[in-house]
Amino acid sequence: MIDDLFHEQLRSSLDHCVKCTICETACPVANVTPLFPGPKYAGPQAERFRAHGQPADESSVDYCSGCGLCTMSCPQGVKIAELNAHARYAVKQRKGVPLRDRLIARPTVLGRLGTPVAPIANAMLKARPARVLAERVLGIHRDAPIPRFAGRRFRTWARRRQAPGVGTKIVYFHGCGTEYYEPDVGEKVVAVLEHNGYSVEIPEQDCCGLPLQSNGLFEDARKYVQRLARALAPHARDGTLIVGNATSCTLMLKREAREILGLEDDPDLALVSRQTYDICELLLELHDRGQLRTDFEPVEEVVAYHAPCQQQGHWIGKPALELLALVPGLDVRELDARCCGIAGTYGFKREKYQIAMDAGAELFNQVEASGARVVACDSETCRWQIEHGTRRPSVHPIELLHQAYRL
Amino acid sequence: MTSSLHYDAVVVGVGVAGLTAAIRLAEGGARVCVLAKGVGSTHLAPGTVDVLGYRPERVEHPAAALPEFVGAHPDHPYALIGPDAIAPALDRFAAHIERGPQPGYRYTGGLDRNHLLPTAVGAIRPSALVPETMAAGDARSSVPVCVVGMRVLRDFHASLCAGNIRRAGIPARAVEVEIDVGRVEANSLGLARRFDDESFRAAFVGRLALLLRPGERVALPAVLGLRDPHGAWSDLQRRLGRAVFEVPTLPPSAPGMRVYNALVAALRAAGGRLVLGAEVLDVEREGDRVTGVRAHTSGHDTIYHAGWIVLATGGFASGGIELGSDWAASETILGLSLQGMPRPGEARFTADYFGHQPMAGVGVAVDSSLRARETENVYVAGAALPGAVPWREGSGQGIALATGHFAAQAVLEREGAAATA
Repeated sequence: MIDDLFHEQLRSSLDHCVKCTICETACPVANVTPLFPGPKYAGPQAERFRAHGQPADESSVDYCSGCGLCTMSCPQGVKIAELNAHARYAVKQRKGVPLRDRLIARPTVLGRLGTPVAPIANAMLKARPARVLAERVLGIHRDAPIPRFAGRRFRTWARRRQAPGVGTKIVYFHGCGTEYYEPDVGEKVVAVLEHNGYSVEIPEQDCCGLPLQSNGLFEDARKYVQRLARALAPHARDGTLIVGNATSCTLMLKREAREILGLEDDPDLALVSRQTYDICELLLELHDRGQLRTDFEPVEEVVAYHAPCQQQGHWIGKPALELLALVPGLDVRELDARCCGIAGTYGFKREKYQIAMDAGAELFNQVEASGARVVACDSETCRWQIEHGTRRPSVHPIELLHQAYRL
Repeated sequence: MTSSLHYDAVVVGVGVAGLTAAIRLAEGGARVCVLAKGVGSTHLAPGTVDVLGYRPERVEHPAAALPEFVGAHPDHPYALIGPDAIAPALDRFAAHIERGPQPGYRYTGGLDRNHLLPTAVGAIRPSALVPETMAAGDARSSVPVCVVGMRVLRDFHASLCAGNIRRAGIPARAVEVEIDVGRVEANSLGLARRFDDESFRAAFVGRLALLLRPGERVALPAVLGLRDPHGAWSDLQRRLGRAVFEVPTLPPSAPGMRVYNALVAALRAAGGRLVLGAEVLDVEREGDRVTGVRAHTSGHDTIYHAGWIVLATGGFASGGIELGSDWAASETILGLSLQGMPRPGEARFTADYFGHQPMAGVGVAVDSSLRARETENVYVAGAALPGAVPWREGSGQGIALATGHFAAQAVLEREGAAATA
């Protein structure tokens, strides 16, 4: 159960709502479906009717994708997305959490099952009959951009690598996407960090709990994120920075776990939260100090850049744009469409797939109009959705820097 | 761990004043970062540039009225910067809109003569520089007006609007169009997105054309497109074969969002940076100089170091200035001294809601270059400035544009002087 006092603190922010509708202009979901009435209605307005411990029948809040753009846009500091996450949790508490949500919210379980049998698992994910069956039985949409297993784990590479062991110590939090689906991105992150003089440590780690949190499984999410915080805290305690490329997972560590799961009092998480950096945030600060190596070779490419919602939730602007601008030859087109629609596991769900595709349509159109052959984006699930929606490859900005460094 | 970044100038606030200052600074060669807690007032305002509408009688010709106005109001922002500083800011604004992401969309007018345009309730409002999509609503024309409502847009009351336009002496009536948008109600933004779509416009015109009478001009709520308002508006005029104009709506304001989109694009094109969500908490100082502002970013704070700070945080409504329960008012980020506070015993408010409210003129004390008096390098623009009562004067956007531009010029001049020295 959510701590009452904590929930009351969150609720107190709704008194700052002046009903100005700015959050409504930011919401990617309400824009495309009447099933979600918008952040103002579902958040500060409906919240007044959600007396704690009282029954409230409102399934519409389940259609909030949790992107957080409403909170970021609010000029009054109302915690709209966080209130909606709590309302979603309450609905799920009452109605129960479907098996599907319990399954797709556990990347570790899926990754461990799928990795050893990757060729078969990937073939199944591609096979139409299997996907139709999964849609009927589980409710995972047949066309959803489910990632392919890499067939190897990042940690296997990490254990075998020869670390140079010199330079400023930094801890790499790679996340589940890197571990099971994109180990090559993790290798590039390590190479770029080492090129810039860091000694990279990759401690044992597991899921941050974000998918569980966004699926309303708060108790399980807490276990995961607290375990991760315990694993990372000893490093943070001696002043070491923690850096990650999975921008939604670093945001979970920085802010969301504390604000949504009510873990403000967890000392390990508080410490880890302060020391955690998004990779592009870190490199931009390095550049600001004149310490980023800029021995970039030209990369002749037109690239569209999309800053995902969760990256925007760091409240740091778009550091990737400034980093990519350092690469000679690279022609970067910033896209201003807000959201690709996927929102983690949201767009995988049968009843939400089309909403996610509609929410992303503006972004897909902008990619098309930009003339870019590649789309850079900081979040892995967003990249999978962008590839699905645009039929163009999508890469993490760090991959372009890695390419320019010729590492 | 606290992050640290360095810029030539940091602008706090992303309303019209902040964006205007930031664009001018970036175009002047400064490395600029704009920090904002959230999106600003652009999304709520009607998108017109009202420079001087009342003094208190209605102003027909702002350029002619301004010298006398500033003479009578020596503490007004216009008096500080001088009336000549307004026109260049308006010109640049119009140019940014024209070069913006909305193809063909432009503003019309200037300081010579105010447009007289109906508001959402049909009251007549003087405004200097207006979107082309609104200009045909001028109340000087006696062409009859047909105000078009849509049932899905519940916050727009066509008959109320038409009734007040009639009261102003212009023949006007209201009609209501039934149009399917796939939901029972929509706000102006939802409709604006639909009007970007040509097939939606065609269907809309199909319904509306039957309701119009010969010789009428058409007033529509300001929902004629977000991405391509010029295309949507031209298309409707062509299809209907008559003048069409937009009337501002309750928030969210589509014309206001167009302003925001165009100004942010101009900032980006000039190389400026925008960080949304980062609430500025306080500052670092060395003597009278502010050396950096501390912003709340997720996880850890970030210090944005800068040689120059432009404060465009707004007045009481936007949280740039606060009034405590002990009646002490203060600027919220630096705790700067305020000017215009009613003295103890003096009236703070008057009974007439729209009357001259003494508290309205409260703002940060600045010198004639808009520099905050207690600091060496902090400049103030927009509603945080003292001496104006924007809703009475019809001057809010004009003050934001002109002082944003002026504050940036002041910084660039000192930066230039520093470089030469």
